[in-house]
Formats: sequence, C-alpha cells, structure tokens
Amino acid sequence: MLKRINQTIRYMGQSVRLMVGIPAYDAYVAHMKKSHPDQPVMSYESFFRERQEARYGGKVSRCC
Amino acid sequence: MNSMTTKLGWLLFAILGAFAFSNVALSRGEPVGAIWIVIATVCIYTIAYRFYSRFIASGVLRLDPTRMTPAYKFNDGLDYVPTNKYVLFGHHFAAIAGAGPLVGPILAAQMGYMPGMLWLLAGVVFAGAVQDFIVLFISTRRDGRSLGDLIKSELGQIPGMIALFGTFFIMLVLLAVLALIVVKALAESPWGTFTVAATIPIALFMGVYARYFRPGSIGEVSLIGFVLLMLSIVAGQYVQEIPAMASLFTLTGEQLTWLLIGYGFVASVLPVWLLLAPRDYLSTFLKIGTIFGLAIGVIFVSPQLKMPAFTQFVDGSGPVWSGSLFPFLFITIACGAVSGFHSLISSGTTPKMIRNETDARFIGYGAMLMESFVAIMALVAASTLEPGVYFAMNSPAAIIGSTAESASQAISQWGFYVTPEMITQTAKDVGENTVISRTGGAPTLAVGMAHILSEFAGGRTMMAFWYHFAILFEALFILTAVDAGTRAGRFMLQDLLGTFIPSMKRTDSMIASLIATAICVAGWGYFLYQGVIDPLGGINTLWPLFGISNQMLAGIALILCTGVLFKMKLDRFAWVTIVPAAWVLVTTLAAAWQKIFHSNPRIGFLAHADKYRDAVANGQVLAPAKSLGQMQQVIFNDYVNASLAALFMLVLISILVFGIRTVLHARALGKPSAREAPFELLPAEALSKS
Repeated sequence: MLKRINQTIRYMGQSVRLMVGIPAYDAYVAHMKKSHPDQPVMSYESFFRERQEARYGGKVSRCC
Repeated sequence: MNSMTTKLGWLLFAILGAFAFSNVALSRGEPVGAIWIVIATVCIYTIAYRFYSRFIASGVLRLDPTRMTPAYKFNDGLDYVPTNKYVLFGHHFAAIAGAGPLVGPILAAQMGYMPGMLWLLAGVVFAGAVQDFIVLFISTRRDGRSLGDLIKSELGQIPGMIALFGTFFIMLVLLAVLALIVVKALAESPWGTFTVAATIPIALFMGVYARYFRPGSIGEVSLIGFVLLMLSIVAGQYVQEIPAMASLFTLTGEQLTWLLIGYGFVASVLPVWLLLAPRDYLSTFLKIGTIFGLAIGVIFVSPQLKMPAFTQFVDGSGPVWSGSLFPFLFITIACGAVSGFHSLISSGTTPKMIRNETDARFIGYGAMLMESFVAIMALVAASTLEPGVYFAMNSPAAIIGSTAESASQAISQWGFYVTPEMITQTAKDVGENTVISRTGGAPTLAVGMAHILSEFAGGRTMMAFWYHFAILFEALFILTAVDAGTRAGRFMLQDLLGTFIPSMKRTDSMIASLIATAICVAGWGYFLYQGVIDPLGGINTLWPLFGISNQMLAGIALILCTGVLFKMKLDRFAWVTIVPAAWVLVTTLAAAWQKIFHSNPRIGFLAHADKYRDAVANGQVLAPAKSLGQMQQVIFNDYVNASLAALFMLVLISILVFGIRTVLHARALGKPSAREAPFELLPAEALSKS
C-alpha cells in the first residue's frame, strides 16, 4: 500500500515536470549508462538547460 | 456471472446518465442545478470511452501491444523517452488545454446553454476525441513525425506544403484573438493591468533564480512565483485606490494593444530561460490548479443555471456574435468539441514518449474528453450569471450604449430582466469600475468563477479577489501563448520563406530571426488592432475567423486520418473519420462562405465593405472611422478578412481534393499502402511492463 502511494506521488511529480517540458533526469542517466556508456552524461543543470531550449525551440508545444 | 454484473453496472450507469440528461433537457422554465449537467456529461463521456473508443482501438485500428514504439526505438532520454501512461496523460492534457475551450462556450451561451452543451457532447465523442486519438496513432506508427510530414508522406508533397502554409495563418489569427481577449479584459482596469504587468518582473526574477541561484529547481521557484502572484493580486486593490497609481495603470484598449505588440516582439527574442520558461511554469500549474478548483466548485456548490436552455438568438440576431446556429455555433464552440490544433500536439511530443501503442486510446481519446469537460464547466460558469448581466458584459457598446441605464434598457427590450443597479452592483462586487461591454469571454468567465469560488471559499468579500485571480490566470497563459506562438510562427515563416530565399532559413542568423519575428508580430498586431477599434467589439470579426481556421485544420487532420484508414484497407470502418470530417467540412465551408458573402453587414465582410463604400459616396463617416481616410481603411480591412476566409476555404478544398485522390488510389490497389515504419517487436523489458 505504502509503496503504491509512494509510486503515485512519484508519478505525479514526474507528470508535473513533464508538463513544462522536463522529462525524468534519472531515466536519462540510466539510459546513457546502459546504451551509451562511452559517451559523457550531462549534469542535471545542463540537462535542464538543454530541455528548456528544446521546448521553446520553434515547435508548437501548446494549444489555443 | 461476472460479466452479468458488469453489464448490469453499465446499464445502471446509462440509466443514471439518461435521467440526469432528461432532467436538464426537460425542465423548461425552471432553473437547473449545474450538478445535473456534470452527471449527464460524466456518464456520456464514460460510456463513450468504454464502448466507442474501445471499438476504435481494437475493432478499427487494431492497436498492437507488441509493436515497437518511437520511444523505445529512438530512446535518447530527452525527446524520446518511454513514459508511464498516466504521466503522459498529464503532459498531453496540459498541452492541449488553453483559452479556446474556455472562451468558445461562453460566447456560445448567447443562444442558451443547450445548443452549446449538445455540440460539446456530440462533437467530442464523434469528432474531437476521435481526431486526437487517430492522429496520435498515425504519428506513433510513423516514428513520431509531425502533422506536416504525415500529410506529405500520406497525401503528397503539395498538400503538405499547403497545410503548412495554412497553419501559419491560423497562428496569426489565433495570436490576434488571444491578445484581443487580454486587451478587452484589461482595458480601463487598473487592478487587472497591474497584476498582469507584475507577472513580468516576477517571471524575470524566477528566471534568474532558476538559472543561477538554484538551477533547475522548478518546484521551488514556481512556489515562490505563486506566492508573489497572489501578493500582486492583493496589491492591485491598493493600486486601484491610490489615484496616482490608478491613473498610471488605467489604459485604453489602443494603448494596451501597442504595449502588447511591443511586448510580443521583445519577449520572443529574449532568451527563453529569462521570461518565457518561468512564466510557462506559472501559467501551466495555475491552469491545471484552477481547472481542478473550478470542477470542485461546480460539483460542491452546484450553482443554478439562470440562462434559459434556448434564447431567441438561435436565429442569428444575437448581440455577442452574429450568425445563425448553423453553421456558426459549431465554429464558435471550436476547441472544446473538436480542435484542429490538437493534431499538432498529437503529432508532436506525445507520440515520441508513448510507451505502448495501446496507451494511445487513454491519452488521445481520454485527454480530449477531459478538455471537453473543461469547456462544459466554462459553459456552466457563464450560464450561472443573470442573463441580463451576461448580455450587458458581452454586447458591444454600439448596441447597448456605455451606461448602465442604456444597457439595461436595451437588454430589457430583448426580454431579459436587468436593472441598472444589478449591472453596477456586479461591477462593485468584483472591484471593477464597469462591466459593460467587457467582451471576449474572459471577464464573463471570471465573474462566473468568482460567483462559484466565493460561495466555496471566502464569501462576497472575496469575490473581487477571485475575479482578479481568474483574469490573471487567463491573461497569464494567453501571454505565454502569445510569446511561444510568435516564436513558433517565426520558425514556420523562416521555413516557408527559406524555400524561396535560402538566407531566411538560417535560424541562427540574428537578422533573419528579427525580420521573421517582426513580420509575425506585425501580422497578428494588424488583426488585433482592427479588432480593438471595431465598434462591434472585434470578437464579432476575429473569433469566427479563428474558429474557421481551427476547424479547417481539424478538417485537414480528419481527411488525413480517412486517407490512412483507406490505405490500411480499413474501408468498411472509414465512416469513423468520414462522418466527422464531412460535418466539420460542411460547417467550416458554410461559415466561411457566409462570412464573405452574407448580405447582412454584421455577418458578411463584403456587405460591410459595401455599406462603408456607400457611406463614402454620400460623404458620410461611420464609426469607428473618424475621417474619410479611415473609412478607406475599414473597407480595406474588410477585404483582408474576406480574403483570409477565402484562403481558408481554398486550403480546405484543395486538401479535400488530394484526400479523395489518395482514397481512390488506395482503393484501386489490391494491398495496403500506408507508409508505416516497418513492424518491429517491442524490446522484452518493455513487453513485460505492459
């Protein structure tokens, strides 16, 4: 039960961050370690900046 | 046994829905509690989701839970990330919900709440949610590509270019109408103007904070920003009371227009982290929070609907906007029932993050149902006002005059009871100088929300706070949309112009960006300005143009969906998109035709131009023009608007022709010809999760 509540809270946090264009950082790190162990991993700050630029970089990210 | 209980449960659910619905539909003359509308709506949505969306998912599209999705195929932890379906639902909903579904139903309430409610329900179930779902499916099966790309590969290069070209003009009209709503809400309102102006320094502070002091701390910085916002609402009241401050923030519509145009230009060339991103946080979270708050308020307070089910204005003589129920109701409601813009989101970030193809049903169909529910609540909020007050707020000064006495006299003649005291009392309650002719929908929604929320928390003394909270919430996300939209428009324009002038394509070139931004801002600024000075309120011209453009895009998306269904050899199920496509096409083309050629100058642009031309011939000057030169300008504006409506018709008809060609071609072939990414199996780890 407690695990499910924890999980739900984590998902809500994730969803709120994704709403403003920032996906999960730990998923990014896990992916880089697993699939591209030879490449450098961005720090959270550069990850944050990269995503911020990408969100407003000219695509339509919201509706009327 | 188990399936028996399930069936029985659904039957009971259907009966409850039917009962609630008949309660709303049959109680003529007596006020209806909003809770019945909520129950009827929720029952219809749930049944539609359970049965119709399941039929589309497993009967028509045959979603395949073992098929590779772009999120796994191109996983980079950034754009392509396999994401939990509930998390992605939140993201998708936040991206599609905006000002459109709030404003459309409020304007539609002039015909009574019933026409709007019926179209919101039927439209979302059979058109809007179907479009969002199927476009999401199509894009997911094609590596998460964008709508323009999908049209290019499935219908052809030329229709792809035409659609991109059309989208740019939609953007301009959209930005103009959104900006107009802000201008109408803030004109002559020092409290509102101060709080909205305060969002700029607040956002700048947040931007610097999240960049240098505590990088990436979204939650923390948003909380600080939220507290500052609430303080600015409280401070706004004092600003209004100090004459020197009040006069500084009391601006006319024209002054606000120039400020907004300047703001739009500067904001869209600043770095995104400084102003756009932090305000985006505030507007997104405030939007989601307010929508929840409003839903809870409507359910617990269950305010009574004072607007009749139908008014005499279904015949097209309404003061808020002109034109008869068919076709204008359908393009006025727009976003809450079916919104073409959603097809850009459904082929944008969402398909790149979808973990399993089968999630497309919940995210595509489900999120649109929720958006429609937001629209229903906006309709409820507008219908809880006294109809007389609603018409005083939404009718242009040219029809009802500018004093409480003239307004109440004009509105009483239409058969709605209203006294001058009721109008001035409403203004006093919400802390404004006047509420007469506050067109554009936002102030009406704000008064409705203030009624509902103050009953829920704070009572009458808090009404002014809630009113300005609601204005701030709308202005905030509209300004974010103006800023982000100008950027998006600039990139679209650079892309389009780049085809002819290669140097314009360089997005890193300062000069190319500044030129493209200036063209964009001038484009929407032109429509905004002519809307602001229009004695009929501007909304009368711009909202139908916006609705037509938005529905045109929905028509394009549904034609694409139909083409793909035929290419998949699903001919016998193609009615799922043909029926809504046909309806959207008929209403959009009929509305555009009437906007151009209708003989009533309040509806037809050409008739309006003729009226002014006749006046010029007789040496007369008609408002808003003050000289013969300005009369020529009004005539010119009419021709621009008529050409724009004609352009939208041409775009839609040409895409229809290409769509029919694609269908005929697909039918002639003996095998499926859809251009999906080749089948691959989902990785084993992903299969175990679903």
